[in-house]
Amino acid sequence: MQKTYYDPADLRKFGKISDWNEELGTKFFEYYNSVFKEGALSEREKSLIALAVAHTIQCPYCIDAYTGDGLQRGITKEEMMEALHVGAAIRGGASLVHGVQMMNKVNKLEM
Amino acid sequence: MIKSLHKRESELANSKRQVEILSNGIFQSGDLPKFKDKISETNQFPLKAKKLEILQINVGYMCNQVCEHCHVDAGPDRKEIMTRETMKQCLEVIKNTGAHTLDLTGGAPEMNPDFRWFVDEASKAGIKDFIVRSNLTIIRANKKYHDLPEFFKSHNVHVVSSMPHWTKGKTDKQRGDGVFDKSIKALQDLNAIGYGMPNSDLRLDLVYNPSGAFLPGNQASLEKEFKNALIDDFGIQFHNLFAITNLPISRFLDYLIASENYEDYMYSLVEAYNPAAVANVMCTNTLSVSWDGYLYDCDFNQMLNLPVNSKAKHISEYNEELLEGRNIVISQHCYGCTAGAGSSCQGSVA
Repeated sequence: MQKTYYDPADLRKFGKISDWNEELGTKFFEYYNSVFKEGALSEREKSLIALAVAHTIQCPYCIDAYTGDGLQRGITKEEMMEALHVGAAIRGGASLVHGVQMMNKVNKLEM
Repeated sequence: MIKSLHKRESELANSKRQVEILSNGIFQSGDLPKFKDKISETNQFPLKAKKLEILQINVGYMCNQVCEHCHVDAGPDRKEIMTRETMKQCLEVIKNTGAHTLDLTGGAPEMNPDFRWFVDEASKAGIKDFIVRSNLTIIRANKKYHDLPEFFKSHNVHVVSSMPHWTKGKTDKQRGDGVFDKSIKALQDLNAIGYGMPNSDLRLDLVYNPSGAFLPGNQASLEKEFKNALIDDFGIQFHNLFAITNLPISRFLDYLIASENYEDYMYSLVEAYNPAAVANVMCTNTLSVSWDGYLYDCDFNQMLNLPVNSKAKHISEYNEELLEGRNIVISQHCYGCTAGAGSSCQGSVA
């Protein structure tokens, strides 16, 4: 039994998820592959969005995958870091904007 | 500037050691299938040589650069240089073969003292596509090379040049400090006399190699990125971009092992294996000639010292009948040419 929850080698086994439920696994990967195809947004833009989201949800597999994907596309580290800051800003902002709720409550309760 | 593996007396300067590494470990344990077994799955073993279309001649391993990924282990300290006598033997073949492409490579081919004589003579053979693989910086390296663009033009040479990225940081990291600025200046010099311009017959193509342990992305997308960035930032134009996968040979193999990326990189290559690319791998229509005249299925086999499987082993023994239909010599590095859209000296193949 592995001693850590995450093993980088497990990323390569992602496709095996379908082994235990082929129908849903196949549907998922068809959907997944369609999402990342060129559309109104370029594949490059989608890769940067994926990288930012990967950090926001703190998925080590996704970070691994979309850092590599970005490098393959020639995306620079400056572009990657800017994308991360967008994710971080939204995540930080999401915490902070709840401060309004706190302020509302304080204002309601305090004399 | 780093030294070549040969100068450093690294164990990886020994081609036998490289082949051992590529044959053992994850391939011996069965974690990954050997290339022979993989292509056998689709009945593509043995790979057979077709009619010769591209004659690629390596005129020497000497180079003014020491790129970190170089599969030739080229550099200023390499002294292997093709002699005029061997060039004359090559010319005999060039004149008589039906190959449509002649491809001169190195090292920096321009550093061979007989380079201009050879180009002069070879251009008389009427080969359709005469390529010189120029690293660009050689044009700016020394006054005696400043007229190379004009020399190329006067011989209707097709210039193919390496450019790992459109940014300075990534380029210099792979190819050495100052390479990007010199390359930009050289490209501007080439553009100024018509190379790479739209509708110009003076062909200028760029070669992209990933600057690290990852595979190249889609060639057409990268070409678009390169074109937009180079025209916007420097007013530079070129015709096509060839996206080439780095093969785990020589200095790139050394880098993969030292950075502990070797196994993951080999997994990436095997996972991206594309049987459709196998049908068009360059070794089936190419012959690679080393600085000392020996024959190989490709430049990579040349560096691994895996000679052609034929009685004709030297350019002086060139014999179309003996060479056509020969079994191509393969090892695990061949996965580099069959990953994704495939890879060759002319870029993607599938």
